[in-house]
Amino acid sequence: MLTLDGISYRYAGARRASLRDVSLELRDGEVLGLVGASEAGKTTLCLVASGLAPRAIGGQTVGRVLIDGTDVAAEPMHALAARVGIAFQSPTTQLSGVAATVYEEVAFGPTNLGLPRDEVIDRTARAIETLRITSLAARDPSRLSGGQMQLVAIAGLLAVGPPHFVLDEPTAQLDPAGTRLVADAVARLAADGASILIAEQKTDLLSGLCSRIVALDAGSVALSGDAAEVLADPRLRALGVAEPAVVRLARLARAAGIEPGRLTAEVSA
Amino acid sequence: MVDIAVEDLVHVYAQGSIRALDGVSFAIGSGQRIALIGQNGSGKTTLVRHLNGLLRPTSGRVLIDGADAAQQTVASLARRVGLVFQDPDRQIFAGSVRGEVEFGPRNLGFSGADLRATVDGALDAVGLADDARTNPYDLGGSRRKLLALASVLAMRTPVLVLDEPTTGQDLRGVERVRSVVDAAAAEGRTVIAVSHDMRFVAEGFDRVIVMRAGRLILDGTPSSVFAEASWIELRSTYVDPPPAAAIGARLGLGATPTDESLISALAAQ
Repeated sequence: MLTLDGISYRYAGARRASLRDVSLELRDGEVLGLVGASEAGKTTLCLVASGLAPRAIGGQTVGRVLIDGTDVAAEPMHALAARVGIAFQSPTTQLSGVAATVYEEVAFGPTNLGLPRDEVIDRTARAIETLRITSLAARDPSRLSGGQMQLVAIAGLLAVGPPHFVLDEPTAQLDPAGTRLVADAVARLAADGASILIAEQKTDLLSGLCSRIVALDAGSVALSGDAAEVLADPRLRALGVAEPAVVRLARLARAAGIEPGRLTAEVSA
Repeated sequence: MVDIAVEDLVHVYAQGSIRALDGVSFAIGSGQRIALIGQNGSGKTTLVRHLNGLLRPTSGRVLIDGADAAQQTVASLARRVGLVFQDPDRQIFAGSVRGEVEFGPRNLGFSGADLRATVDGALDAVGLADDARTNPYDLGGSRRKLLALASVLAMRTPVLVLDEPTTGQDLRGVERVRSVVDAAAAEGRTVIAVSHDMRFVAEGFDRVIVMRAGRLILDGTPSSVFAEASWIELRSTYVDPPPAAAIGARLGLGATPTDESLISALAAQ
């Protein structure tokens, strides 16, 4: 379980807090969706939940982040990396920059955990297989397309295999096939007992993946609850969050005086 | 205004033997809004980098207004073709938002009132007018991306190339990008955008070019490219038609690539 308990956070040098009194619980085996307009605090929350803020980037925090009951502030950074893995929004930030091939890039994390060689090889192979990037294994990571790089970054995270994952818009640059691979991997991780916090603009993706959703507005929790309920909440658009297609089309149909039943049945089919 | 012709373009990156572009040909007249879609790694970004001379053809030609781009300097191409990168951090370097936007037009010879006007216009178009003195790195990722767009807009190039302009943008950000594209096209500028956001593509572009493995496989209006007859080709490059097109086809309403066309087809029944 990953818990944020009354978290407020202000970046170093910032005038105002980017997160205000945010509390949430991420249970084992659960996928929790995080939505909100740009600069509502999604990325900041990802950095705080993973323990990188304030420890790696400075700033001031009020409140506590607990990972399986341990305060992250008390955990050495290298130990933290094995307990909670973060995928940054931009894969170029994520990649090590020292690996000559995709294979080495994916193996970088488990190698640095000091795992036995066989274990590293095994984890690397499985992560590469899960994201179907076998054909890229010998390529130079810095020469990949943006979407391919994003898959490699996520494979690297899978190979580390922490019990908790924080994913900041992991599918932003992916085509539908890549998006499905990531969604399938997330669902499988959750089924195996991992907990996953996923920030996304693609609410269509979240509706099939999450049990609960938290919507942020100006650093505070604005909506929180059952995924289907939050995604159908009419306040979502006012928060600057795009509705899932099914919700949007039903709304447009109703506005045009058309009974949306037939249409929504087709979307969910 | 500028016409673009791409003739049998082939590109092989130095390190691999993969043909990132494998014989691509098309022509674009001025004032068109063209979307470039296809799976990750299909060659979209490689193709657009040829349009402003960042990459040079392995074989084939890119003609800008009839002149071979390979014979021209990047500086001279920069006057005519403005490219906004997928990752804004690859192009942002100035200490203030205004300084960042001024850099391009200043290098093209803008000064005094002309420089002020083009910078103000671009900042206004992306909604950053109130942040002129902000440090770019104090902006969130989505506004940094809008800043990168503004800095290219301000150069007033007749051709505007946008690589994944809506990734990481929320509801309002996507609307911003759409209005920038529309305004540029209304002024007679050509807009070419690479995107995975099919709703954005279907609603905001006149022509859609679909790529697979370095080749062009479909080229037409959103209605024709997203019509059911094209789905096999679309799916071969991992593109899903927009939700409205999928529903319209299932309900037997014909080609309804946009929300609006779907709702009016339903209303007309």
